[in-house]
Amino acid sequence: MLTPRVYKEIPQRYRLEANKCKKCGKVLFPPRLVCPCGSEELEFYRLPSKGKIATYTVVRTPPQNFSYQKPIVIAVVELEDGTRIMAQVTDLPPNANYHEYVKVGAPVELVFRKLFSEGEAGIHVYGYKCRLL
Amino acid sequence: MRDVAVIGVGITQFGELWTKSLRELFVEAALKAIKDAGVDHIDSMYVGCMTSGLFAQQEHLGALMADYLGQNPVPAVRVESACASGGYAFRLGLFEVASGASDIVLVGGVEKMHTGADATAALAAAADAEYESFIGVTFPGLYAMIAVAYKEKYNIPDDVFRKQLAMVAVKNHENGSKNPNAQFRAKITVDTVLNSTLVADPLRLFDCSPVTDGAAAVILCPADMAKKYTDTIIKVSGSGAATSTIQLAQREDMAWLDVVENAAKAAYKMAGVEPKDIDFAEVHDCFTIAEVCVIEALGFFNPGEGIKAADEGKTALDGEIPINTSGGLKSKGHPVGATGVAQIVELVEQLRGSAGERQVKNARRGLAQNMGGSGASCTVHILEVV
Repeated sequence: MLTPRVYKEIPQRYRLEANKCKKCGKVLFPPRLVCPCGSEELEFYRLPSKGKIATYTVVRTPPQNFSYQKPIVIAVVELEDGTRIMAQVTDLPPNANYHEYVKVGAPVELVFRKLFSEGEAGIHVYGYKCRLL
Repeated sequence: MRDVAVIGVGITQFGELWTKSLRELFVEAALKAIKDAGVDHIDSMYVGCMTSGLFAQQEHLGALMADYLGQNPVPAVRVESACASGGYAFRLGLFEVASGASDIVLVGGVEKMHTGADATAALAAAADAEYESFIGVTFPGLYAMIAVAYKEKYNIPDDVFRKQLAMVAVKNHENGSKNPNAQFRAKITVDTVLNSTLVADPLRLFDCSPVTDGAAAVILCPADMAKKYTDTIIKVSGSGAATSTIQLAQREDMAWLDVVENAAKAAYKMAGVEPKDIDFAEVHDCFTIAEVCVIEALGFFNPGEGIKAADEGKTALDGEIPINTSGGLKSKGHPVGATGVAQIVELVEQLRGSAGERQVKNARRGLAQNMGGSGASCTVHILEVV
């Protein structure tokens, strides 16, 4: 089944766009129409691109779209402003002991990458990943 | 609202059942429950199922199952809340009887997972499709990140943590070895777990519940009508449900299942009981770490203590609070939409005193906790002998 087109076209996939609640100050990523505090007064906010790893895993059996990359390292990154975002850790040496490189607390930055290709035509799907600093 | 009793239960064999279809599984469990209750009709039915569309290219399960159960024209609807679909179906059936809208309601749960479909991808639909599944994370991956967050929070050394997690699987296989309907009845050791293949570090194959075909069903009726059908009246004394963030990353504390805490609070309040009043529980051990976090959030163990419970024998059949007497999702199997209903079936077996080799002594009040996603939805039910 192909990825719904709208998932590939949302701007926050490429530009780290979030929004911020004018009432309670909470940063919302992904951007929302209403803040959990109830306010609908939200302003544009650009996420910082740097942060550190809050938790991570090495996924040995990813879904078929990712099987040519396996294993893949996935982390929850806590950005400098405290916002958390889940992303694949990229630019790691192949077939390494990933735990030697990736650790909780390790500094990372978000980067633009191809995520996978899909369907018979091999359509590329892009988004953010993170790499160790 | 009226008090409601469970008067009949039915469950199929759980396992890799290539020759049984989605509808056959459901109807088999439902017929068993109807016969067990001794009712001559049902007024309404609910079907818990997570993702028959992705697994078996079949939606519209309410109508399909009512038809093949020979129950047209009763109203029937499918209930979905990922792996908590069964628990949620039970809650809706409970409220339909409690409200007085219907007297006899059948609640079933089913999942047909061995179809040739990519099970990992189908299950990943329970996560946030735009921000989690999209980047390649799987459910073992999400729970592995919960495990790492837990280990960091409580500063547990790797080898100690690994062995304590393994003991959850060892305990559940021990219980499952005594359950004739369980998918995996072999007893295992810590080494079985530690030598199994890595799925999502630090979780190994034997930390994960299996891919399972199966169904379960129960019959509900008003408690004051129950004595017509049974001598052992088992009342549903508490029901709670809650939601939390769909994304793990946005959970305030990734090592704490607030969704379980909130659902449990509501169930305890409705039943007028506390965690210490519960004799045994069936909980959602989709992964070993899940059982650890769940028994803390249910209030059975303090934060940071749940990890030691299985290793110290506290959650064994003869422990202070037996957990997953059926073998749990790990050993009994996890047909996702059926699991929440199958937990109720186990509670009823224990409360009736008909659980055979795995019978808990003096089981008077049991709790069932069913969870969807990485802790985004949850139901908690408390059943007791009147």
